[in-house]
Amino acid sequence: MGAAVATHWTVHSRRFEASAATREPAWVRGILIAIALAFFALFLLLPLVTVFAEALRKGWGVYFAALVDPDARSAIFLTLLVAAIAVPLNLVFGVSAAWAIAKFNFRGKQLLTTLIDLPFSVSPVVAGLIFVLLFGAQGWFGPWLMAHDVKIIFAVPGLVLATIFVTFPFVARELIPLMEAQGREEEEAAIVLGASGWQTFWRVTLPNVKWGLLYGVILSNARAMGEFGAVSVVSGHIRGRTNTMPLYVEILYNEYNFAAAFAVASLLALLALLTLVVKSLVERRGRQQLSVGEESGASA
Amino acid sequence: MRAGKPHRVLPGFPLALGYTLVYLALIVLIPLAAVFLKSTSLTWEQFWTVISAPRVVASYRVSFGTSLLAAAINAVFGLIFAWVLVRYSFPGKRIVDALVDLPFALPTAVAGIALTAIYAGNGWLGQWLQPLGIKVAFTPLGILVALIFIGLPFVVRTVQPVLEDLETELEEAAASLGADRWQTFYRVVLPPVLPALLTGFALAFARAVGEYGSVIFIAGNVPMVSEITPLLIITKLEQFDYPGATAIAAVMLVTSFILLFLINGLQAWANRSHGGG
Repeated sequence: MGAAVATHWTVHSRRFEASAATREPAWVRGILIAIALAFFALFLLLPLVTVFAEALRKGWGVYFAALVDPDARSAIFLTLLVAAIAVPLNLVFGVSAAWAIAKFNFRGKQLLTTLIDLPFSVSPVVAGLIFVLLFGAQGWFGPWLMAHDVKIIFAVPGLVLATIFVTFPFVARELIPLMEAQGREEEEAAIVLGASGWQTFWRVTLPNVKWGLLYGVILSNARAMGEFGAVSVVSGHIRGRTNTMPLYVEILYNEYNFAAAFAVASLLALLALLTLVVKSLVERRGRQQLSVGEESGASA
Repeated sequence: MRAGKPHRVLPGFPLALGYTLVYLALIVLIPLAAVFLKSTSLTWEQFWTVISAPRVVASYRVSFGTSLLAAAINAVFGLIFAWVLVRYSFPGKRIVDALVDLPFALPTAVAGIALTAIYAGNGWLGQWLQPLGIKVAFTPLGILVALIFIGLPFVVRTVQPVLEDLETELEEAAASLGADRWQTFYRVVLPPVLPALLTGFALAFARAVGEYGSVIFIAGNVPMVSEITPLLIITKLEQFDYPGATAIAAVMLVTSFILLFLINGLQAWANRSHGGG
């Protein structure tokens, strides 16, 4: 199976293209490919190209000037800071949740898995609102926070909380099926041979799931750096203080400073492209790992 | 519960589960509960007045209508897309396959301003559509375009693995029994793919209903016409109408829960019919 992974695409389409019974006439094939590619060009490629074209419309000078602007730099720094806090926290959570859910049986496991997925189905705006209700001036803890001079809403902690919420399930939902498929035989063998729990985790479990882990981290990082709706509600849009990159893009755009807005947006688009490149590399490695895991699980 | 059973050889269960539950409660459950508790600060009558105000009802119509239409369009084109990716080879296929996930990776605000630039009256496509009398940006049609962008990968990525795992034998049998290609597709290929397709449709719809970033730039946000429900929550918050914002959020949350429940059911169905083959 491992060898099949490397040539995944060609093998699959060839499997269907080989026989007349699983093949459509050439004209049908042509039309379907044309429809798919037109849809692709219109809805995926064109927006991506537009970001870079608009960013460079007034030349490289304007482009770089927009990026070194102090407000832009503070937005970039804040975005990195928020992701640097939110992603590791969710990573630890994801590993811990996957360990409990994938390696043990307990009542309510299905419910717990569903609850972990919950933030994905909540509107980003609602995700921001819930923290305003808790920590805002009119919120439950608002008066107490005000008395102790702690700012959460319209400050960095609020941005971090909202970001943690929207990226909450990513790592866990990658790891749970992977670790379930791999079973617990290897870990049990390590324990029986005298390894401690942590040794088992670091030397057996972690190497086995490293690609899945990386996959989850990349996706949650992309979302953390790009989140708009949830952070928009809790940010207060204070220039140079609580503006992450996506919020700064909005401000520039609403000021009709399109070149600068698209310049900052192009950085985020580059991040998205980088995410996709790493993601497809990891996917190929991870598929190998998972298929090996499935084989050893099936042979047990 | 099962302590002492032989397979509880592995350590760390109480710590891992305990940490998971505490973190889940602090970040997700307690904050979400705040919405429902805050809603109770309104009487039922006040609550009803807020969530059934004409402007709010119009926003439901815009949000749900465009989301439903976008998900339906994505179901059709996403199926064709997944089909082409799995069954045919063509140049650039790997890049096309990788870029399907772009809407997952591209920040929604970036997608929003890019789509607006394309479809505005002076934009790349807008300047050609405008003379034909088709206005996309700043109308519900613009919302539809943004939601199609956001939802496409949900359908493709749900349907694609199922199409990949289909055995060719059934199709060959159908052909040898005299079925034409369309009959084979309709009667043999489509049924096992249907649960995944519906799951993808529901996922795209659920995401579209709550979507904010990519929509607000292109929507124009005209009350009663192109104002989405999430934007109304923000508007109420900006007017410090916290109970009003919370009431609408409660409606959206209940909708999300129903959709999540539905999607879980669909996924279980998809796994059963997929795994059973």
